[in-house]
Amino acid sequence: MSSIDGVMRRKKLKRFWNGFKNNRMATTGAVILVFFSVAAVIGPVLFPYNPMEFGTVETILQPPSTTYYLGTDNLGRDIFRNLLSGARISLMVGILATLISMFLGTSIGIMSGYFGKTIDSVLMRVTDFFLVIPWLPLVLVLVAILGSSVWIIILVIGLTSWAGTARVVRSQTLSVKERPFIERARAIGADHSTIMMHHILPNVFPLVFANTILVTAVAIISETTLSFLGLGDPTRPSWGMMLHYAFQSGAASSGAYWFFLPPGLCVVLVVLGFTFLGYAFDEILNPKLRRR
Amino acid sequence: MKLLRVENLKTYFHISEGIVKAVDDVSFSLDDGQCLGLVGESGCGKTTTALSINRLLPPEGIIEGGEIYLESVKLTVLSDVEIRKHRWKDVSMVFQGAMNAMNPVMKIGEQIAEAVVWHQQVTHQQAWNRAKELFELVELEPGRIGGYPHEFSGGMKQRAMIAMALACDPKLVIGDEPTTALDVMVQAQILNLLDRLRKTLKMGLIIITHDLSILGETCDRIAVMYAGKIVEIGSTEDVYDRHMHPYTHRLLMGFPNIHRPKLMPEPIPGSPPDLIRPPSGCRFHPRCDYAQEICQEQEPGMTTAGNGHSYACHFGGAFNG
Amino acid sequence: MKRQYLAKKIIQSLVTIFFVLVFNYILFRVMPGNPLAMIMRNPRASQEAIERTRELFGLNQSWVVQFWIYLKHLFTGDLGISFLYRQPVTEIIVARIIPTVLMVGLAQILAIIVGVFLGVISAWKRGSRVDVAALGFSLVTYSMPTFWLGIILIFVFSVSLRWFPTSGMLTPGQSFSSTFAMVRDAARHLVLPVLTLSLVLIGEYTLTMRNTLLDVLTEDYMTTAKAKGFDDNYLIKKHALPNAMLPMITLIAINLGLVIGGTIQVETIFSWPGLGRLMFDALKARDYPLLQGIFLLITLSVIVANLIADVTYGYFDPRVRE
Repeated sequence: MSSIDGVMRRKKLKRFWNGFKNNRMATTGAVILVFFSVAAVIGPVLFPYNPMEFGTVETILQPPSTTYYLGTDNLGRDIFRNLLSGARISLMVGILATLISMFLGTSIGIMSGYFGKTIDSVLMRVTDFFLVIPWLPLVLVLVAILGSSVWIIILVIGLTSWAGTARVVRSQTLSVKERPFIERARAIGADHSTIMMHHILPNVFPLVFANTILVTAVAIISETTLSFLGLGDPTRPSWGMMLHYAFQSGAASSGAYWFFLPPGLCVVLVVLGFTFLGYAFDEILNPKLRRR
Repeated sequence: MKLLRVENLKTYFHISEGIVKAVDDVSFSLDDGQCLGLVGESGCGKTTTALSINRLLPPEGIIEGGEIYLESVKLTVLSDVEIRKHRWKDVSMVFQGAMNAMNPVMKIGEQIAEAVVWHQQVTHQQAWNRAKELFELVELEPGRIGGYPHEFSGGMKQRAMIAMALACDPKLVIGDEPTTALDVMVQAQILNLLDRLRKTLKMGLIIITHDLSILGETCDRIAVMYAGKIVEIGSTEDVYDRHMHPYTHRLLMGFPNIHRPKLMPEPIPGSPPDLIRPPSGCRFHPRCDYAQEICQEQEPGMTTAGNGHSYACHFGGAFNG
Repeated sequence: MKRQYLAKKIIQSLVTIFFVLVFNYILFRVMPGNPLAMIMRNPRASQEAIERTRELFGLNQSWVVQFWIYLKHLFTGDLGISFLYRQPVTEIIVARIIPTVLMVGLAQILAIIVGVFLGVISAWKRGSRVDVAALGFSLVTYSMPTFWLGIILIFVFSVSLRWFPTSGMLTPGQSFSSTFAMVRDAARHLVLPVLTLSLVLIGEYTLTMRNTLLDVLTEDYMTTAKAKGFDDNYLIKKHALPNAMLPMITLIAINLGLVIGGTIQVETIFSWPGLGRLMFDALKARDYPLLQGIFLLITLSVIVANLIADVTYGYFDPRVRE
């Protein structure tokens, strides 16, 4: 039994790998993300950065040079080093917030679809509420009240971005629930949590997986936007914080392009990387669901 | 002159897995006012043949060879602009109306009238009146002309679909599974209606179906298709009573017959062949009870049995013992 | 329209609005660190002021009474006094509605027209160079923070090329010779904010229009219409678009929440005197009464917009109408 499972799994993995290799979107996304992950992991070790260490009058707003590869900001801090540290924070916020969002979205979606009836209608009303409520204002208000630490930001993004996932998971659960093996599992006496964990979850997982990657992209943009609007964690110099300082100091009007271009480009590339990967996985894993 | 001549038609689909030879060297013809039944399993190329006539194939479907003549017009060489003038005006189609063949957000009368306005020099009001006449002709209440498709039952939708097909007095109507998904009573009514209209309006009719049993009362001739080829063609009597091809025989087995006790239709063992890599020799040989060595090696040509009846089999009529 | 459908949608919206009111109440009155608690704990506040606050919000009474007082204030349009401006919140907000509606409205109209157009071309010429370019454009604008796009546009069109002003709605300190001159000045100020917001939306609308249309094009009724001999133009206009526009209506409404997010960013960087900029200012100053008022207004407008979209959908789709 388990060896058959193993063979099936290896076959599936192989098919997935083949689809992945031949999908240009997937490979491009993967290359971008590997590049930024490496930068985030070893960058700050090679080029340490202290946001509290300010420069002097001579070193503020310096254009790129051999000393400062990408110039300095309005407080004389090295932009290249800041970018590397920022990569760490942006990726961390994106991934952790997504984990919370996925956990909530998947469990609410599965429970809603599996139990149906009252539980379903209550959970779906809550989901609708989170879908209809304008998201950025909600997050802004929550962070303003709860405070601007990076952990609060992660929590707030995670707690408010699960509704879309829950919807997708619910409808998938509804169709999985009707398949014969669920009936069989119930007949041999499996309880609800076993059925949900061992029989439904593996079947909704391919959907959740592609969705997760897309949510990460959204989470990273959100962190950037929050920080830009002045709700970021001042002790964590993320890309959004850099853009916040750049805008506040009038970098665009003074022509300090090296100040506002690199962090924005990094955000675009990372988000694009996640988006590419997400769409590609969706195409590879769920070819019938979305032939787009 | 023949109304329609299809000569050596080859329509292939170019997809990522390879070339699907959906229609491979198909020839048949139709006289004025005649009715031809085109029958076979799904995926045998019957719909592709129909769509080739009006050149309605999806982008990956290409007519690779052969000619199609409507009277003296060679449809296969017309430009896109020219073929559009023949669509519906000369050759119209009745799709499976019970499904989604009508625009769900447009009034049915409008869907009839728009074709009249497009092809004839008439006002919108005249076209609308024409739609009402057509509603009466197909025995629908003219008062319901302003309704939407979802308000009609399956049989009514199919009648409306027929009214639509008659809008521009076509020379030829092609019905693609016009009675599938309808219950037996309604099926018979729709076939009777089509038959009556063909005779009063003197138009050619092609009925495409997977169900050979429905064609007996309606068709003059029947062509049986298998794996992109016509395997037997002849008058309805010849095909029903004197058929020579084992595949036709299979299709007719278990067919309700008043002289015999009713048998359950028996499914044909095996699955339809892969049209990217069709079987060698006779394409039916892997599923044929009477196949011999030669059937694997050599493709049978058309054998004539007289009276326009011909079949493609090395051992025609072998099942008669 | 079916009365049942309408009633159902209205009741659903009312339920959501009730949720929003409760949520707002919890957010600003009950949650730890809520603004009210902060006022009460403020060491500089006089005993008298604290007493008055306590009475005003009914803090000595049960939470049901407190919630009732809160609702009563809301329905009389009393959203409290802004910390920052020392004026009633309602008055401040009302003055900011028109600039926002003007900017968002123009951006939406532009985005819908261009997005639908690009989406149709992409779907019809699937796989062509136009399609690939439109797809690439959509993905890039989707991946771009709105505010950053705005900064780039300021840098290019205001700072480098000097075509358009960087901020505000009218040139400050300028007296205008005629209404026309004023409108012209305002229009020049509008170009970049509207462009920023529409660019972000165009990508999304293009993608949705393309995908919806691709689905519609494979429907059987499109084959029927093609068999009638119509040309491409007629097929798209009369048969494909009316079916593809239905999901678009819903998308545009659902999207309104996102548009408001974009508006906050755009108004912030262009100092556009609308609700978005006001929200940013309220955030910066932690002006909670103002923040609450704006949040409530935004949320309610989105819910109402969704209701309108549902009703419109019902009007255009005969399957719902009858």
